[in-house]
Amino acid sequence: MTMVLDSKVPAGPLADKWDTFIADEKLVNPANKRKFKIIVVGTGLAGASAAATLGELGYQVEAFTFHDSPRRAHSIAAQGGINAAKNYQGDGDSVHRLFYDTIKGGDFRAREANVYRLAQVSVDIIDQMVAQGVPFAREYGGLLDNRSFGGAQVSRTFYARGQTGQQLLLGAYQQLARQIGLGTVRLWNRMEMVDVVTIDGRCAGIVTRDLMTGELSSHAAHAVVLATGGYGNVFFLSTNAMACNVTAAWRAHRRGAAFANPCYTQIHPTCIPQSDDFQSKLTLMSESLRNDGRIWVPKNPDESRPAAQIPDEDRDYYLERIYPSFGNLAPRDVSSRAAKRMVDNGQGVGPLKNGVYLDFSEAIDRLGKGTIEERYGNLFEMYQRITGESPYEMPMRIYPASHYTMGGLWVDYELMTTVPGLYAAGEANFSDHGANRLGASALMQGLSDGYFVLPNTISNYLAGWLNKPIPDASHEAFRAAEAEARDRFTRYLSIGGTRSPDYFHRELGKIIWDYCGMDRNQAGLDKALSEIPALYEEFNNDLRVTGGDTSLNQTLEKAGRVDDFFQLGQLMCRDALVREESCGGHFRSEHQTEEGEALRNDDEFAHVTAWEWSGDFTAPIEHREPLEYEVVHFQTRSYK
Amino acid sequence: MLTNITLKVWRQDGPDAQGRFETHHLPEITDEASFLEMLDIVNERLIESGREAITFDHDCREGICGTCSLMIDGQAHGPQKGTATCQLHMRTFRSGDEIVIEPWRAAAFPIIKDLMVDRSAFDRIIEVGGYITAPTGGAPDANLIPIPKPVADAAMDAAECIGCGACVAACPNGAANLFTAAKIAHLNLLPQGQAERYQRTEAMVETMEEYFGSCTNHGECSSACPKEISIDVIAIMNTDYLKSKFKNRRSLARS
Repeated sequence: MTMVLDSKVPAGPLADKWDTFIADEKLVNPANKRKFKIIVVGTGLAGASAAATLGELGYQVEAFTFHDSPRRAHSIAAQGGINAAKNYQGDGDSVHRLFYDTIKGGDFRAREANVYRLAQVSVDIIDQMVAQGVPFAREYGGLLDNRSFGGAQVSRTFYARGQTGQQLLLGAYQQLARQIGLGTVRLWNRMEMVDVVTIDGRCAGIVTRDLMTGELSSHAAHAVVLATGGYGNVFFLSTNAMACNVTAAWRAHRRGAAFANPCYTQIHPTCIPQSDDFQSKLTLMSESLRNDGRIWVPKNPDESRPAAQIPDEDRDYYLERIYPSFGNLAPRDVSSRAAKRMVDNGQGVGPLKNGVYLDFSEAIDRLGKGTIEERYGNLFEMYQRITGESPYEMPMRIYPASHYTMGGLWVDYELMTTVPGLYAAGEANFSDHGANRLGASALMQGLSDGYFVLPNTISNYLAGWLNKPIPDASHEAFRAAEAEARDRFTRYLSIGGTRSPDYFHRELGKIIWDYCGMDRNQAGLDKALSEIPALYEEFNNDLRVTGGDTSLNQTLEKAGRVDDFFQLGQLMCRDALVREESCGGHFRSEHQTEEGEALRNDDEFAHVTAWEWSGDFTAPIEHREPLEYEVVHFQTRSYK
Repeated sequence: MLTNITLKVWRQDGPDAQGRFETHHLPEITDEASFLEMLDIVNERLIESGREAITFDHDCREGICGTCSLMIDGQAHGPQKGTATCQLHMRTFRSGDEIVIEPWRAAAFPIIKDLMVDRSAFDRIIEVGGYITAPTGGAPDANLIPIPKPVADAAMDAAECIGCGACVAACPNGAANLFTAAKIAHLNLLPQGQAERYQRTEAMVETMEEYFGSCTNHGECSSACPKEISIDVIAIMNTDYLKSKFKNRRSLARS
């Protein structure tokens, strides 16, 4: 079967496409909805909101999470906010402007129709979340407050202190909990999806592993939604939670779902630098800090004075110098690369010389300590807990870290993957952010997909299956997938080598960070493409997993996830190698302007690269979806 | 750098197995390490020497997901105030310290393995009323109902709860009043939460009592809370619970 990438974008003017779709979609009547079973894997913003809404509509829904509770999903850690084109501030925002900013921010590598819909739906998200009781920040008059975020020229970001992700996730979780209480959604917790099953070319269900008992079981359904997050943990050190992984998406890929643009990863500029070799994760400091902090490094690489004693003339405020109009608010990819150049130059700060200063002393002088404390108090406390240093007294040290992945499972306008009946939502899909995501847009996309897009598009598929029998979980394809998974977990236990899964994950992460991180080139990627299979072979021969497979075994869980990261990591490097241009988060040092900025090649690379599994992880098959822009025109991003 | 740290860690093979303390000696550990990174190091050594790693719950490691737990020297989330275990760093300890690590201790949180417990009773409480019924699609414009800033701020203070269970583990009675009251206060303070206010309170309190012990105002919950949720929320819950018993729900809109 040859893979066809049909985006199924509705005809008609851009602004009317979503309305046209809704008007033309096939519906399932309320009495028939209960005949359909839908599996939702993952309970973050996208998964919880999809499961809750599909349950409300009357479908039989089963939600799976590998956490103890749906409320633990990593959406909870988002700090900054959520964008919406409400124009409550009357500062010139509109659906079109949010759409355009998102396309431009993504460096013209996203599908126009999907992004326009995202901007349209953004206004409904805010209404929905307020109705559910999300305590967004308010003005004294009682109306909702907004702030400008990540360099946007309008104030369209809604926020709940520094914990917007937490409040939105708890809102979606509570809606899901309500459906669980009502019995319309069945929750399976501490269950990890380990395979997708396809029968006669359509997705027939999933195989799961009960983390408490090791038991493998099959679940059949009419449709399956994967809302399982991104793959940023391939770098080992990232701002993702420890358990975030690519397994669900990767297993779907191995069963026929195309994986799109894996090289588009976002490196967030403001994280606390690594302090030690065994560090387990990096902590993000909200981008909002850049509104008042000034970023600098000492001009002299051998500078040894403490920050406060370095006079202004010996400091290089490099963002303000290079990008005078955006200054410290330059977009994430641009400021990340600038920080890397400074550190590579030897101008890094801190004991390991691996960070840059984010300095609040001037803002404290100008606004007073009280105002700064009101704005950033909780972030300053968090920083102090982790580093033992007070940002009121000495500048913060920050450095970029892996934060978000724009690539993911290829989906069409209806969020269906290349496997009929299998959908991907939220960070797990590739659809809306192109080559770079703007701040405060991840929460927007997760909730858009889950609350508003999927519940509309899924009926279009299900309507065709009314009163047609589907295979149940006793079908031989499920048995075979279970056996395959059992063999895989038994193998990890039986290798009996000398190294833990974490050891291999850390080593893999170093390769990916060095050669497929902020700055990529052909020689490095070629090197990664040969080093990853060599390390993978070592993993397969020298892995040691202790304990058994009949009770909870976190080491065994980790082994399965690291295994899939190896294969994904190889695909990432391949994708980065074939994309011979720089765009957004993907920077190829061969393709830059004289000033060191990203140089896109719209003639040859205005397309989505979607990879098909070939059976051999070193030889994926490349497909392309051309990106055709009807409304926007290519332009060079300039933040000077 | 800290030297000569002794860990006494609770090991238990399964829910019904007999538990025991296991001693681990750390000759040195950097004070930059977080408490959980220290356990990662112990685990990596255990695996490389062929022994089973210590099971413990953790995920975001930035104090927001509420997955981590641990009684450290008898204190929920350890000695640092307003800090979840994942944000506790070894610099809080001294060379030569003996550190006792146990799981949450509460009848409603049965042990799954080693330091991991089952907190799903919390989900049961939310499922009966910890929400505002607002089906997708029917919401009015978000600015239709102004909410005074102090009210929104008070709701947010309560909504910061991360559902970790430290309050229950710290309570001598194993009560979940702070957890339950935080959610009730968050929703009952907001105008959107009024329609279901008393029904919510009644259902959540009564479900809480099926699983957890009773509150006797010790205040341990609030001092163990990594988000420092005020014990005042329990007063809000108690008032609304009392009212729920004689409130005529048909006149709710006039309250």
